[in-house]
Amino acid sequence: MIKIGVLGLQGAVREHIRSIEANGVEGIIVKRIEQLEELDGLIIPGGESTTMRRLIDKYDFFEPLKQFAEAGKPIFGTCAGLILLATRIQGQDSNHLALMDMTVERNAFGRQRESFEVELDITGVADGYEAVFIRAPYIVDVGEDTEVLATYQSKIVAAQQGNFLACAFHPELTDDHRLTGHFVNMVEESKKSLASS
Amino acid sequence: MSRTGTDRVKRGMAEMQKGGVIMDVVNAEQAKIAEEAGAVAVMALERVPADIRAAGGVARMADPTIVEEVMNAVSIPVMAKARIGHVVEARVLESMGVDYIDESEVLTPADEVFHIKKNDYTVPFVCGCRDLGEATRRIGEGASMLRTKGEPGTGNIVEAVRHMREVQSQIRQVSSMSEDELMTYAKNIGAPYELLLQIREEGRLPVVNFAAGGIATPADAALMMQLGADGVFVGSGIFKSNNPQQFARAIVEATTHYDDYKLIGELSKGLGTAMKGMEMNTLTAEDRMQDRSQ
Repeated sequence: MIKIGVLGLQGAVREHIRSIEANGVEGIIVKRIEQLEELDGLIIPGGESTTMRRLIDKYDFFEPLKQFAEAGKPIFGTCAGLILLATRIQGQDSNHLALMDMTVERNAFGRQRESFEVELDITGVADGYEAVFIRAPYIVDVGEDTEVLATYQSKIVAAQQGNFLACAFHPELTDDHRLTGHFVNMVEESKKSLASS
Repeated sequence: MSRTGTDRVKRGMAEMQKGGVIMDVVNAEQAKIAEEAGAVAVMALERVPADIRAAGGVARMADPTIVEEVMNAVSIPVMAKARIGHVVEARVLESMGVDYIDESEVLTPADEVFHIKKNDYTVPFVCGCRDLGEATRRIGEGASMLRTKGEPGTGNIVEAVRHMREVQSQIRQVSSMSEDELMTYAKNIGAPYELLLQIREEGRLPVVNFAAGGIATPADAALMMQLGADGVFVGSGIFKSNNPQQFARAIVEATTHYDDYKLIGELSKGLGTAMKGMEMNTLTAEDRMQDRSQ
């Protein structure tokens, strides 16, 4: 049985837990670094990326999160979480966890009144997936090892690089649990391979 | 085909603010302090509620210059207040690209009977409530987020506590009612029946409910979180304090770790004087902003 955590410093935490549980897996709200030890995978939820980064630093989550990733455990970043995973952020010199080789642009679709929902095809995961974009970022470009999973209006909105998954929309806000299901599979695979290595 | 302004998009925006603090600011400099301190959004105002109280007269939508200045200063969402029932102020704010509109009793109401029909707008709205009837009427009109009314600009938490407790207690009552009891209850509290049915099913409101109106210290913010608030609005408290930077950070942290008393104790050290605050019984009926709408 695997356990998946949701970084619970700020944002849509409860909804992610619901989506994890809908896939038949235990979800845990993570507020302290010690909790990372018992986890097999972690979701960094949507919220305000500036706020989340400040709280990550304040509670010394930064290094433990990097170590979690280095240990080969999967991380899924949604919306603000995607920004935290990116190596490059347009218009900024600094980045955050820098785990996925990609450039992102914040609030790239505009302000709240431009926020939208649309049906997307996600390669290898789901067709006709209900995606909710809220003041969303998009991925401007990806490195060689990063696979593009979905685009909207030719902008990249979901990508995967090894154990890291990122999307610009909010899989937790609908009853369509297929993308979270894909992450659950990634975590199950990684646990198997970590156990056998 | 993409769709804008849907319930999911508008309510979802408020979901992203959960566990966070929304701060009142009156200029770009304060907005930056708020963002730096970890606020999830700012409310752009001409005057904070305590100053609105002191100034008296009619309080209206802020000068668009101030709202624009704040929007240009920060990357977090920017909210602004329109008068209750003032559809033109609301449309002006929407056209400026404000991320959320507060149809607020802090401003002098433009309509003493009707609220704005908020589901006609692409921009989401937050509204104040004192009980479940008021909460569901606002949701019925299209509010995508709620907050307690409290008593703004007083630095006194007592009314926000009353309103949060009332809403939570009524949700618990509704959850245990039979359908036939529910119709009479809906009539008694003036709530849309269909919404009460939904709340009974899910055991919670269909939108996020923040605390607002009188939060003056980190401990106040934590108290409201313990009572079931999804996050907090802090109005006059921050920039009326002696050290706004430190105060703002302390409120953010107390909201995140609302059950870590040792931490809240540490955060509360040396914050200087919080705003003075007012006793409820010193307010006349006209002074009570919370009673300006139903």
